[in-house]
Amino acid sequence: MTATSHQAAAEPIVTLERITKAFPGVVANDNVDLQILPGEVHVLLGENGAGKSTLIGLLSGLQQPDSGSIQIDGTQRAINSPRHALSLGIGTVFQHAMLVPTLTVAENLLLGGPWWERPRKERLREKVDEISKSLGIAVDLDAYAHDLSLGEQQQVEILRALIRDSRVLILDESTSMLTPKGIEELGSLMRRLVNRGLAIIFITHKLNEAVSFGDRISVLKLGRKVGEIGPDRFKSLDKAELTTQIVEMMFGGQHSEDDAGFHKPNPLSTAEPPVLVLDGVTLESTSTAPGLNSVHLELHPGELLGIAGIDGNGQKQLADALSGQSRIESGSITLNGKRIETHSVGERRDAGLRYLTDDRLGEGTVSTFPVSLNFLLKQIGSPPYWRNQIERRADIDQHAEHLIQDYDVRTPSAHTPVGRLSGGNIQKVLLARELSDGAKVVIFNKPTYGLDLSNTVSTRQRIRDIAASGLGVLLISTDLEELLELCDRIAVMDAGTITGIVENGENARTEVGRLMVGLSQ
Amino acid sequence: MGSLFSEVFLGALLFGAVAAAVPLLLAGLGEQISEKSGILNIGIEGMMIAGAYFGFLVAYSSGSLWLGFLGGALAGGIVASVMAILCVRLGLNQIVIGIGLTLGLEGLTALLHHVQFSRTYPRLPAADVLAIPLLSDIPVLGPALFRHHLIVYLAVALVFVMIYVYRRTQLGLNLQAAGDKPAALDVAGVDVVRTRTVAVLSTGALAGIGGAYLANIGAGIFVPFITNGAGFLGIVLAMLARGRPVWVLLGALLFGISLSLTTALQVAGINIPTDVIQMIPFLAVMIMLVAFGRRSSLPAALGIPYERGAR
Ligand SMILES: Nc1ncnc2c1ncn2[C@@H]1O[C@H](COP(=O)(O)OP(=O)(O)OP(=O)(O)O)[C@@H](O)[C@H]1O
Ligand SMILES: [Mg+2]
Repeated sequence: MTATSHQAAAEPIVTLERITKAFPGVVANDNVDLQILPGEVHVLLGENGAGKSTLIGLLSGLQQPDSGSIQIDGTQRAINSPRHALSLGIGTVFQHAMLVPTLTVAENLLLGGPWWERPRKERLREKVDEISKSLGIAVDLDAYAHDLSLGEQQQVEILRALIRDSRVLILDESTSMLTPKGIEELGSLMRRLVNRGLAIIFITHKLNEAVSFGDRISVLKLGRKVGEIGPDRFKSLDKAELTTQIVEMMFGGQHSEDDAGFHKPNPLSTAEPPVLVLDGVTLESTSTAPGLNSVHLELHPGELLGIAGIDGNGQKQLADALSGQSRIESGSITLNGKRIETHSVGERRDAGLRYLTDDRLGEGTVSTFPVSLNFLLKQIGSPPYWRNQIERRADIDQHAEHLIQDYDVRTPSAHTPVGRLSGGNIQKVLLARELSDGAKVVIFNKPTYGLDLSNTVSTRQRIRDIAASGLGVLLISTDLEELLELCDRIAVMDAGTITGIVENGENARTEVGRLMVGLSQ
Repeated sequence: MGSLFSEVFLGALLFGAVAAAVPLLLAGLGEQISEKSGILNIGIEGMMIAGAYFGFLVAYSSGSLWLGFLGGALAGGIVASVMAILCVRLGLNQIVIGIGLTLGLEGLTALLHHVQFSRTYPRLPAADVLAIPLLSDIPVLGPALFRHHLIVYLAVALVFVMIYVYRRTQLGLNLQAAGDKPAALDVAGVDVVRTRTVAVLSTGALAGIGGAYLANIGAGIFVPFITNGAGFLGIVLAMLARGRPVWVLLGALLFGISLSLTTALQVAGINIPTDVIQMIPFLAVMIMLVAFGRRSSLPAALGIPYERGAR
């Protein structure tokens, strides 16, 4: 029911021929051929660092290929600026948020209009209403971009591409921040768009998304295109066969996505006194974000407690309140018997609370610092890696090499600035830092966001290991599968309130699912 | 001490405050445009002195103050275009280039002055004042605030023009985006380099007019180093004002009063060493920095050159 037959003969909108792009030390795209046809969702798959975003950068005018040609509607073109790309009808939603945080959603959408004109808010509102209605996207035009969750920001960016009447819509890992429901919605949105004759390039790490939303799949590996499955083959295979073939292409059969069902709760974990207690934790809501409504949670040593919920229901606020990035208005947070709600971020870390954020570039790492220093970001200036404020370079490097090895960080060297690494490798640096030295409670916020399959599997294994070693683990995630696979108990957040806590087990999926959409267990 | 509070003294003090505030206002508003777009324009002092020199030269040879302002804007703009090429297009360090331009132009204008004017020291006649009907008849305040050259009122009007530009125009949005997240502006289809170039050139033109005002209306003469840090004070004002034009106006008036006080106290023959009196404006800077500086949040990309697609 996916690709329509009359479009199979359509001319490609974009044709890439033997595209090569190298950066110092790495060939990001190596002789890549690709055709983007109208009426098709073209899925681009590949591990972290495979060169997907680089290819998108070439199409959206951010960078120029070293060699090879790009043809639009059959004519060879040099896409020399983002403006040019837009005028050719190529609209992109980038992997990292591309909104101006200090402007409102409306102002962000108005950027790019003729500079001599007054921003036409009314016309924008009409256009947005029209698109929102027919496609089912809802945005608050008056909210400031920095108040939106990453998922909401992505919706704004999709809207922006649609407002510009793009013929080719590029979505670089747009589902990684969405809830299962949001992903489903994006899937049907993409279907409606391609039925109108749009071409979509859809980048994802999730095979089930690729299989259910795509019409054609191309796989990149270390910059090279290693395979393509066209619409005909796509249709003739069932989902399981398709998945097997793709996994074969990507990993040569090393991995399989399916993991053994749900996780069996650890019966011992609740016997010990809780290591982290939240009691009546409250935070005022703002016009654009929910607050926290008297949140009560108990986390036991060795327990893996999940926080589920539709994106933007207070998960970020909970994470901020726990990590110390925002002060709670009332209630208490007790770690290991000590009240910590007035502690600073650093004091909480010293007390044994570790926090892994979902905004890899923004909050977690300093992109211009080398990998080695990012490992020690929260210990800069203190022993043993600094003595009397003097850095002990050999020790720092040794520490870094060690972690790079342990966590399989793909980086040219320990001295490479973190910002140069691919998205997934940045997160590995972050994981390595937070987990390398002792902790009592670890909070994960969307820990596998943007990771490819094999890294997701190993990250999840690491999270399990941490809990097994006796630490309390709080896992905030919008990925229900992930929570069901890992957690002992799953709490569900809805509009800043914990609406229920479900013991993981046979019926957990439906129970959590019902709570997430606002129904009772 | 009686003379200190006489009407004459007060009138002179206020009149002087307004006169001294105008170049600071122009420099501050100008700097604000650059900073909004993410460029820390330290070359503004150089743009100002270029405007002072060339503005004076044009006004003196043509006999027209308005041509003088035009010349000042042109000279400031030309210096700014050097900054735009080096810092915006080529991405060189803004602080280094800014200081270099300032020092270079101070030297160049001093040299040109030496060659052309050092024997004759030509002067311009006092500028025509535009007395605002009714308002200028108010005792003390009237003559102090409402008997100035037309450019003074225009400079104040510019505050409201800038508010309009920042709040209500596409250009204002572009400037803010260029300073806060240039990559987002770029992918929205607006050339960051062009936006920042426009900002730097506007800064240069305004600074140049400010410089021409100093020479042609403030002093009636060009002397080397006549700007005496007015451009730098403009940077301070822009930083403190956090993107708000009205704050630049208030700050400029505050500095204007302390500058005017310096002169007034000297004229009044108060027995305080002139060195101490001349410290007043700079004390005012420090007090303002202590009072407001901490809260000032600057554009996220201020001082960082933009390179498309860089990681
Ligand atoms: N501007 C740049 N400068 C230097 N190296 C770069 C740059 N852009 C990309 N690279 C390198 O090119 C390679 C491909 O990166 P790219 O971001 O395209 O991967 P990706 O497939 O999008 O990975 P991910 O799934 O992790 O986002 C990586 O090794 C990356 O470090
Ligand atoms: Mg990528």
